[in-house]
Amino acid sequence: MSAQSFPASIRPSRNRRFTFRKVFVFLILLLAILFYLMPMYVLVISGLKEATNVSISAMWALPETATTGGFREAWSKLGPNMSQSFLLVIPATVISSVLGAINGYLFSKWRFRGSEILFALLLFGMFIPYQSILIPLIEFLDFIGLYGSLPGLITVHVIYGLPITSLIFRNYFANIPYEIVEAARIDGAGLVSIFRQIMLPLSLPAFVVVGIFQFTNIWNEFLFGLTIITNPRHQPITVALNNLSGSFSVSWNVVMAGAVLTALPTLVVYILLGRFFIRGMLAGSMKG
Amino acid sequence: MAQESFTQVATNPPKRTGRGPSERWLSPLILTPSLIAIFIFVYGFIGMTIWVSFSNWRSPKRDLSIIEPLFRTYQRLFETTRFQIDIRNTIIFTILFLVGSVGIGLLLAIVLDQAIPGRGFIRNIFLFPYALSFVVTGVAWRWIFNPESGINKLVDILGINWLLDQFGWGPLRVDWLISPRVWGDIPMPEAVKAQIGIPIAMIPVIIAAVWQLSGFAMAMYLAGLGTISNDVREAAALDGATAWRTYRDIIIPLLKPITISTLIILGHISLKIFDLIFAMSGKGPGFATDVPGIFVYEQTFSATRYNLGAAASIVMLIMVSMVMIPYLIISLKDVER
Repeated sequence: MSAQSFPASIRPSRNRRFTFRKVFVFLILLLAILFYLMPMYVLVISGLKEATNVSISAMWALPETATTGGFREAWSKLGPNMSQSFLLVIPATVISSVLGAINGYLFSKWRFRGSEILFALLLFGMFIPYQSILIPLIEFLDFIGLYGSLPGLITVHVIYGLPITSLIFRNYFANIPYEIVEAARIDGAGLVSIFRQIMLPLSLPAFVVVGIFQFTNIWNEFLFGLTIITNPRHQPITVALNNLSGSFSVSWNVVMAGAVLTALPTLVVYILLGRFFIRGMLAGSMKG
Repeated sequence: MAQESFTQVATNPPKRTGRGPSERWLSPLILTPSLIAIFIFVYGFIGMTIWVSFSNWRSPKRDLSIIEPLFRTYQRLFETTRFQIDIRNTIIFTILFLVGSVGIGLLLAIVLDQAIPGRGFIRNIFLFPYALSFVVTGVAWRWIFNPESGINKLVDILGINWLLDQFGWGPLRVDWLISPRVWGDIPMPEAVKAQIGIPIAMIPVIIAAVWQLSGFAMAMYLAGLGTISNDVREAAALDGATAWRTYRDIIIPLLKPITISTLIILGHISLKIFDLIFAMSGKGPGFATDVPGIFVYEQTFSATRYNLGAAASIVMLIMVSMVMIPYLIISLKDVER
């Protein structure tokens, strides 16, 4: 292409409307946007169709008349599980964020001999496939009487959330200059009061990042919900959605509407707080 | 930069000189409950799973006596055709998923690196699947790859089949998720009972996974591109490099650390993939989409062959560790410097 054989700074085609590069960039963007939005389009339009309309040839077409029947039925089936998910996610997120803040503060500002190795051992916990701890975990929960209960699932999410929350807070606190801690110590402040009076007030952004990260992660989690909660009525919404999509008695418009309902809370968080979401995703960069 | 997750951080604190109470002992004390929890729930439980994998426990009745010979369960595991297929599927999935996600992620990052109106908004479109549950992704894509109505219908509507017909080729009709076919058959020693090739049913699953996680690769690259100073680009432009060559010869090599981090993080996710496949296709026809994660789940919770399930989960753990432990060590060493 001739446009490419000139250095960027003196490229003559700069002021023309259409260059090869612009068309190329535009085409890629257009294709990519279609690709990323297509599943959401399918979910929403299928959810708005009548049950008789949904499975046949007109899958890609807009519904002739939009009905909310699918969404209403999905809500009546998944609503209780959605409340379970909120009852799970909110306490688990709050507790694991607070513990992460404390751990992160200590690992960054109060290191001791061996603390780095302990931190590495802690971090490894977030990479393991949870299948490899599942049998003992269930036996242990059964032993302490928490198997099958929401408090049991909350405990599990808090403990396996410790590595990532501690990591994000440690990195956040590490960026706060040590001189601040030093100055407070000269004024006679101790470990606890430095945390409460200096670090905590500074750490709101980190709490937002960790909170969003944990909210999304725990909301979307599947394996623990599937194996630890045995009563279908008490299972988190991701498990309930999977059951819904696997049952032959439910028509597809309801399943699609159910998928939209399941996605909604994390999508709302993402849309409202996207900037913090991306920071958490890059800091933790873990999923599944 | 993006891989700052580990490498950002802080010089070691200076020697404590303050007059405040020296409460160094308090730090390990407060950390103790968290650390004990992790030691039990991570290392203790892994140890117990290893024990189970060496035990005779293969029925609902708990039996922790050690099996003879010690590695019998592992030997059986690797001789099982299904588990061989699972390993094949994991390798195929991982390679194609990594190529797809990192390739698309890099391409989108470079495109968004240009001056484009509304690029923040467009970036958010590419990223939103990351906020969804794998189960939602699986349900949506399962519907899209329904052979009667989904992608095949779209191919019809877009006239691709009409076009193929003009060239005298048959219409493009693939059974996707319900196809037991494996494309290719690489010759293997006799011990390998699985057909080594690309299972057709795996392709939709890979596409769904790329859809969900390529935004992550893009975000990593965008963060990396943000750290490359304009001087580099200007110098390249002054030297007469085209945009294409600037990216190929200068910027992409500079992004190598990001590429490595992205490959490792996405790679370890794909080695333990479970939710997406469980929701989208399950083990698939002829185990075409089966993976170790599903194998473990079924052996443990349906077949109650606990020792076999435990052994497979330990194989998963070893695969993930081979990727993650070097990464953790290198990242944490960087911090020390």
